[in-house]
Amino acid sequence: MAGNLSDPQTWLEQHGDYLYRCAMLRVRDATVAEEMVQETFLAALQAKDRFAGQSSERSWLVGIMKHKVVDHFRKSVREQPVSDVELMNDEFTGLFDKDGHWKIETTGPKEWMDPSSALDKAQFWQVLRRCLDGLPPRTSRVFALREIDDMPSEEICAAMKLTKSNLWVMLHRARTHLRSCLEQNYQGLTT
Amino acid sequence: MPNCDKVTALVSASLDHSLPLHKRLAVRLHFLICVWCQRYLTQVRFLREAVREHPERLESAESPSSTALSPGARERIGQALRDDRR
Repeated sequence: MAGNLSDPQTWLEQHGDYLYRCAMLRVRDATVAEEMVQETFLAALQAKDRFAGQSSERSWLVGIMKHKVVDHFRKSVREQPVSDVELMNDEFTGLFDKDGHWKIETTGPKEWMDPSSALDKAQFWQVLRRCLDGLPPRTSRVFALREIDDMPSEEICAAMKLTKSNLWVMLHRARTHLRSCLEQNYQGLTT
Repeated sequence: MPNCDKVTALVSASLDHSLPLHKRLAVRLHFLICVWCQRYLTQVRFLREAVREHPERLESAESPSSTALSPGARERIGQALRDDRR
């Protein structure tokens, strides 16, 4: 019997919005995110007798959702060329001068004083979330799989139907964009 | 010698797969003369660790595009749960 789970009737109230944000972070599409929330709850109902109680109810639900998200990508993503828009060429060409060096006064990474102290600040995470929203959807999806969920490159390529080199380019663009977006929009890092 | 554009791409790649020795050496050499690319490495690594260790902070952070389930979706999901339990 599911010892530590709360009554499933309360799940939507307790976890619905959290799971929705959690899904939006990974799929970047409101309709799909809603679907993911529903599928997560239905799968959780099926599996509730197997809940081992080693994690909290919420992280158990999030774990189910992560699987649902990858399943969704496997089924829905079609092979398509990675467009220039997706690769954000404009932003990139602006970072370096004609010889490929940082424009030191403007784009060169500044020193971050005490970055770990930012981790306690709600504002840091809000800025980071907004910066992620600024990425093209496919780019932020692969960033979430790789950096947040620690999925191996090979599995991401298979699920998202990407070549390794395209994946690496997208991840590089994502990291570079997030690094500079955070530096510009979260003052606490450089002061 | 690779420039900063190339070095940052190598640095980023090193987070996803191991680089051949000559590329690792090229990055090391470049770091001797370029504090900006060194910072780039430290900072993208910091970001990776931050989101891996605290995914719940990012998941729960509000953004204009995702705050809460819409009333319509909430209704549909509630209904689906009730149907399923019947």
